[in-house]
Amino acid sequence: MASNLNHRVRRYSLKGLHFFGLFTAMMVLCVPGLWIVLNSFRPTVEIMAKPPVWIPNELNLDHYRAMFSGIGEGGVPVLTYFANSLVISVTSTVIALLIGMAGGYAFARYKFNFKGGMFVGLMVTRAVPGVALSLPLFILFARVGIIDTHFGLILAYVALNVPFTIWLIDGFFRQVPPELAEAAEIDGCTRWQAFWRVEFPVARAGIASAGIFAFLTSWNEYALASQLTRSTTSKTMPVGLLDFTSEFTLNWGGMCALAVLMIIPALILTFLVQKHLIAGLTFGGVKG
Amino acid sequence: MNRLKLPPWLVLLLPAIIILSAVVLIPLVLSLYSSFTSYRLTRPDSIFNWVGFFNYEKALTDVKFWAAFGRTVLLLTVALNLEMLLGLGLALMVSKVTQGQRLLRTMMMFPMMFSPILVGFQFKFIFNDNVGLVNNALQSLGLTDRAIPWLVDGHLAMFSIIFAEIWTATSVFGILILAGLYAIPRDPLEAAKVDGCTAWQSFRYVTLPFLMPFIYIAMAIRSLDVARAYDIVQIMTNGGPARRTELLWTLIGRTGYVDARMGYANAMGYISIFLAIFFTIYFFKKLTQSRKELGMGA
Repeated sequence: MASNLNHRVRRYSLKGLHFFGLFTAMMVLCVPGLWIVLNSFRPTVEIMAKPPVWIPNELNLDHYRAMFSGIGEGGVPVLTYFANSLVISVTSTVIALLIGMAGGYAFARYKFNFKGGMFVGLMVTRAVPGVALSLPLFILFARVGIIDTHFGLILAYVALNVPFTIWLIDGFFRQVPPELAEAAEIDGCTRWQAFWRVEFPVARAGIASAGIFAFLTSWNEYALASQLTRSTTSKTMPVGLLDFTSEFTLNWGGMCALAVLMIIPALILTFLVQKHLIAGLTFGGVKG
Repeated sequence: MNRLKLPPWLVLLLPAIIILSAVVLIPLVLSLYSSFTSYRLTRPDSIFNWVGFFNYEKALTDVKFWAAFGRTVLLLTVALNLEMLLGLGLALMVSKVTQGQRLLRTMMMFPMMFSPILVGFQFKFIFNDNVGLVNNALQSLGLTDRAIPWLVDGHLAMFSIIFAEIWTATSVFGILILAGLYAIPRDPLEAAKVDGCTAWQSFRYVTLPFLMPFIYIAMAIRSLDVARAYDIVQIMTNGGPARRTELLWTLIGRTGYVDARMGYANAMGYISIFLAIFFTIYFFKKLTQSRKELGMGA
């Protein structure tokens, strides 16, 4: 009886501990982001209030209004930045996916010398730190004259994303049995047709998840963008965030509003492909 | 076209090779060359001024450089290990939940969507000594009545940076390890139970070996973009106060762009590149190895 009680106490306390741990972890993960969202709706006076105001007295859209109203009155050309970010990220993602599909297919289906070495070589190009790369890239781009253009940044982001897309897509093509394409070829398809009609549809989910990763990387990249962009013609949103800082002050409210604008597309995309995202990372790596 | 017949795999890989050479290899060669010159941005012709290993010698004898180097390695070791442990704990906790797992998984992915620079600003705001969330909370709870200078004190600033870094990356580990937990076959675990293993034993000798490849994948992925911590540090402290949080990457950025000493910056850049390459190759090696042990084939 006593041991039974003991057992039960232990089980309940474990359960409580588990709940408490989980709750704390989730709080730590979510509160910082939610706090940013909350502050984007609060007037600057309240953000700066001392002692702090915990329960907001009023929520309004002032920061958003100021942000979208364009230049002047602390406004930042947010819509231009948004458009730049969108054009650059989407274009570079599409190109990186096409190149990644070709490369991943090569790694998954063909045998050749130095395959392992070549693979690691590709990965290593991705590991070069952005700052270390941005110095020579800046000099080179300045010589060629593609500083502060969409083209330059797209080029840089394609190169940034290709290794990772190849890695992920390679893993997905490996899961497609080669017999499938062979059967299609016997039935009279060319290799090209077999790829698009048979192998591509099967691996489509994985390719989509590689695309999301590439998009998020480009969307969030800062180290390269901060050097390769100069003006509103090509500045992206991560660089635009710095517009809210001046020598001694920071416009926290405005910054939070832009932050929310930056997160929304990422949020939507991530939720859409959540399942494939995990599958892509694990199968690409483990079984690849 | 037909005369020059390339093997199909090379044709398929060619676009990747071309673009990576153009954007990564050529600049790296250029920076390797310029690291042997006294190149300054302000004087373009100084790129032809060959100085041999002077920049490397200067870097290797520079106390500031070694301080930054040590700090970078410290940050990487502490952050990666803590991220791994916390991610493992998080994944284990989530996997034990019976209801609402989907929701928890979604919440876990929340930090992954944040741009590193956004994380930097977010924590600069949260750790702000005047209006930050942390100080506000501590003061309202009456735990302290003075403002704790989170980003102004050297040690506290390093702590804040590591906290921010861990906040962003723990979920990467958590998600991947969780996927690993789902993939573990049930039989060995049940066999262990029948044989009378304690919970700890079956975790240590059955679950953990199965999880290792997943942990290494996460490590490999993280080592690919761990240098993105540059964004966080640059925004939160910019290497300050008094260089107490200076990392290799911020030091390189400052030397290159602010002081315009490109040659010297590139020499230091090369050292950081080798550091990154070392980490990447190490984790990819580990990944292949643990994959083989599990018989998943290479």
